[in-house]
Amino acid sequence: MDQKLYEKRHLKNKLFHLLLAGCILFSITALALLLYDIFSKGLGWLDWQFLTSMPSRSPEKAGILSALVGSVWVIGLTSVFSLILGVGTAVYLEEYTDPKKLINRIIQLNISNLAGVPAIVYGLLGLAFFVRFLGFDKSILSGALTLTLLILPVITVASQEAIRSVPRSLREASYSLGTTKLQTITGVVLPYAMPGILTGSILAISRAMGEAAPLIMVGAAGYIAFLPKGPMDWFTVLPVQIFNWTSRPQEEFQYIAAAGIIVLMAVLLSANAVAILLRNKYQNRMD
Amino acid sequence: MKKNKLASLILVGALALSLAACGGGSTETEGEAPDTPLTGTIAIDGSSTVFPITEAIAEEFNGTYPEVRIPIGVSGTGGGFKKFIAGETDISNASRPIKDEEAQAAAAAGIEYIEMTIAYDGLSVLVNPANDWVENLTVEELKMMWAPDSTVKKWSDIRPEWPNEEIKFYAPGTDSGTFDYFTEEINGESGAIRPDFTASEDDNVLVQGIAGDKNAIGFFGYAYYEENQDKLKLVAIDNGSGPVTPDFDTIQDGSYSPLSRPIFIYINKASLGKPEVVEFITFYNTVAGEIIPEVGYVALPSADYEANLKLLK
Repeated sequence: MDQKLYEKRHLKNKLFHLLLAGCILFSITALALLLYDIFSKGLGWLDWQFLTSMPSRSPEKAGILSALVGSVWVIGLTSVFSLILGVGTAVYLEEYTDPKKLINRIIQLNISNLAGVPAIVYGLLGLAFFVRFLGFDKSILSGALTLTLLILPVITVASQEAIRSVPRSLREASYSLGTTKLQTITGVVLPYAMPGILTGSILAISRAMGEAAPLIMVGAAGYIAFLPKGPMDWFTVLPVQIFNWTSRPQEEFQYIAAAGIIVLMAVLLSANAVAILLRNKYQNRMD
Repeated sequence: MKKNKLASLILVGALALSLAACGGGSTETEGEAPDTPLTGTIAIDGSSTVFPITEAIAEEFNGTYPEVRIPIGVSGTGGGFKKFIAGETDISNASRPIKDEEAQAAAAAGIEYIEMTIAYDGLSVLVNPANDWVENLTVEELKMMWAPDSTVKKWSDIRPEWPNEEIKFYAPGTDSGTFDYFTEEINGESGAIRPDFTASEDDNVLVQGIAGDKNAIGFFGYAYYEENQDKLKLVAIDNGSGPVTPDFDTIQDGSYSPLSRPIFIYINKASLGKPEVVEFITFYNTVAGEIIPEVGYVALPSADYEANLKLLK
């Protein structure tokens, strides 16, 4: 009897293990298929000429330089804006306000809800506010600010979670040494919370890098044959250029779109690598 | 919050300046051509149908005048006109003529413009190559198939000798000018169409759909047929005077009717004060006959381009 019960429990255990393995296998298979498709199409078109040329109507001459530079600009500015604003908001909400007050609960609820607003709505807001009202025009700055709004809620919520996970004892130890609140936040809370903040930011910024719709709204152009000279200049980004290529009738453009996707993935992975290195640095210091 | 924002703006400004200092050097040396005095920016936006033409011409233009910057957006015909009326663009690409309400808005905003027809596009009706029964369709038969209250389900509902198999319908998405034009010409009202069809904003998806389904029928711009001739079968259209197949000649001389349509650019008159815009439009009408067929559209007779140039005066 006991032996039977034992076997039954262990069978269940094995089934559960298999089920979980199946879950991850599903995602990995889908990803592998996608990568195979993109690499088999795009790798042959990916060369130095492709990386250093402007877009063109003939696929052999077409390149991704203006979109690549545009994406680096937009994501660079977006990262700076969104980290400063997102972490700042999180510190304020966690350290300086009483979470039980009604007004703060309303703010909190709104931030969480904002994370679910469709990207195109942020595009419309960016067009009305940054492009027209503030007069930033169709510029890199308008694009970066729009993407900042898009990912700000995610970064804020992730940072709040990270800050909340800082043990109370650490803060008290810090205060007992006679530090001010500012010193405790910058010297103890933020470094301790940094790995969590960076994890959330990696996901958010990766999302921003793949966005096309809101940037088309704020004026990312389909064809740009020059490099931007500053944050107020015209621009295009990788997803817009890739989207443009996939909708062409000529089959060769499908291949250079695939090559463009490889470039986008490379940029994304290197941005993530930087964030992961930073995170590991902070994590090691904590351990 | 407010202080944070201000501080970050200043910080980012500094960062941007330093970035700009790094990036600026290469662009300046690249475009240095001492013989070309033309500089400046020509802002263009509008239809995605017209985009490949204007893009190709901008690319050629930059070969001669590398210092002129020509950003081209793809907001769609309607979206392009909104920016054009707001005075944000010099030229608007349009796959249909400006609507009355848009023209009124432009007048109210004090925007005067020139309309130029620059090419033709032939909306093509396509079936699967394995479809050996459909060679041609009359305009009435097209209407029977696509009308909002259509009762056609099977091929045999159109002509009794055709197979008793269900038709699969494919059409461009409702936001496209192609969809507007087809429904207007065939069903008599822009946007009126049977509800049960597969829609895609991406014409390549329609190509794949029709190429993979023996009972499919769909329509899209001629350029997409041209690039996929081996996967699709073109249907001749009979508008009362015998079936006509779309090709460069029948679209240009208008005998492929009613599905050949003109496409346009609109030029803000105030922008003609900028020499680079005048030069670009002149260049456009000079090379159009050569470049437009390259990107899959049908050029106008050369006399029409000369007439366009006279509009500039």
